[in-house]
Amino acid sequence: MIGAGPAGLCAAIAARDMGARVTCVDSGDRPGGQLVKQTHKFFGSRGQFAGKRGIDIARILAKQIEDDPMVDLMLESTVIGFYDDGAIGIEHGEGLTFLKPERIVCATGASERMLAFPGNDLPGVYGAGAVQTLMNVHGVRPGKAVLMVGAGNIGLIVSYQLLQAGVEVVAVVEAMPQVGGYDVHARKIQRAGVPILTSHTVKAVYGTRVVEGATVWALGSDFRPIPETERHFQVDTVCLAVGLTPLADLLWQAGCKMAYIPELGGHVALWDENYETSRRGVYVAGDLAGIEEASSAMIEGTIAGLAAARSLGHSRPDLEERLATARAELAALRSGPKGEKVRRGIDRLMRLRREVGFVA
Amino acid sequence: MTDARITTHPILEFKEGKKVKFTFDGREMEGYEGEPIAAALHAAGVRVLRESPKLKRPRGFFCAIGNCSSCLMTVDGRPNVRVCTEKLREGMRVETQRGKGVLFAND
Repeated sequence: MIGAGPAGLCAAIAARDMGARVTCVDSGDRPGGQLVKQTHKFFGSRGQFAGKRGIDIARILAKQIEDDPMVDLMLESTVIGFYDDGAIGIEHGEGLTFLKPERIVCATGASERMLAFPGNDLPGVYGAGAVQTLMNVHGVRPGKAVLMVGAGNIGLIVSYQLLQAGVEVVAVVEAMPQVGGYDVHARKIQRAGVPILTSHTVKAVYGTRVVEGATVWALGSDFRPIPETERHFQVDTVCLAVGLTPLADLLWQAGCKMAYIPELGGHVALWDENYETSRRGVYVAGDLAGIEEASSAMIEGTIAGLAAARSLGHSRPDLEERLATARAELAALRSGPKGEKVRRGIDRLMRLRREVGFVA
Repeated sequence: MTDARITTHPILEFKEGKKVKFTFDGREMEGYEGEPIAAALHAAGVRVLRESPKLKRPRGFFCAIGNCSSCLMTVDGRPNVRVCTEKLREGMRVETQRGKGVLFAND
């Protein structure tokens, strides 16, 4: 497993449950990936962790493999190369290790998107994930006053977490005419007095050495900015929550057939119903397979882990039942209007896969 | 150590680690052992970590998880250290990085 976030950990647990030996590699210093900074309670329609905080889910998952002799957890280790013979290079500290696993589940997650505006390179313009890491993992406030850009779930949740850490959130701007995240998150910060400016975007961020202020303006229905609608905010931090894109470098190296699917966040490997890519034996799960949520990442990891172990000849009596349950849970998570985009993306991916004609 | 440190939080509890001293561009500073260098600097009010090689623009961190390389600094003479993940140790010499870094300064 490359990555020990929600997808990689669940893949490790599933493959181990099938009787496979597992090595789980992660660049971070603790297992859990981005769960380790999620202080909010998860929803999840039927997921077993609904109602639990991300930080606790990380501990629950890690505990299932930590002392297991079948699972080798390599932390502070970065996979840096994928060779033609299927070997991978792993950098850790001052050295390199090479492994040649029989199957690989790649669950490297995603990176944060940038937004183009003057001053976007100034210190103080931070990704939402970075702000969460700084304050929720390391206990340091990112600044005194923050402008949040993006009213999807991440923008809304991080705004609330900023308030919890004692940081002022002057406003949340959102280019779309409506809030993208769940209403319950939006109402929480609105009740705390944070305005959500829909149909607004950042015009520019100012400062000589660091962020000192930001100007936002309104967008028309054609998404063009409307002059004379500028508003200035005195802030020392601008937090970007404008989406994620899969961290797919290793899949490119591995030669997986890739496609640009905007609904899934960018370039993704084409995968089949078992999350196996066009390169036999290489599976994907989590945000790398398409940007969604931690809940779906966990289920995808479970499917990929079970399928990878099955392809090695491992089995267990409840395998088919477990796979069927996982697939049903995923379908439930993706149902409804909020899952429409992801469903469209996956439809497109499946269509492309059939056109390419790969049978994993 | 400064008001940037969160001391009370409704959900989280931050255990203070061992205090260590380090230098930033020659200035003596304090942080907690094992926290990322960038967190210690940020808590001390330092946001500019390097200068962009071409236009000499100030740069801070962006991703804070070791992906983006926006936070490269020179640590104990070694350039291009990602300080958002590199752990702070007693006596570290942390410097603003200008340019792409020099590997063999004494040659």
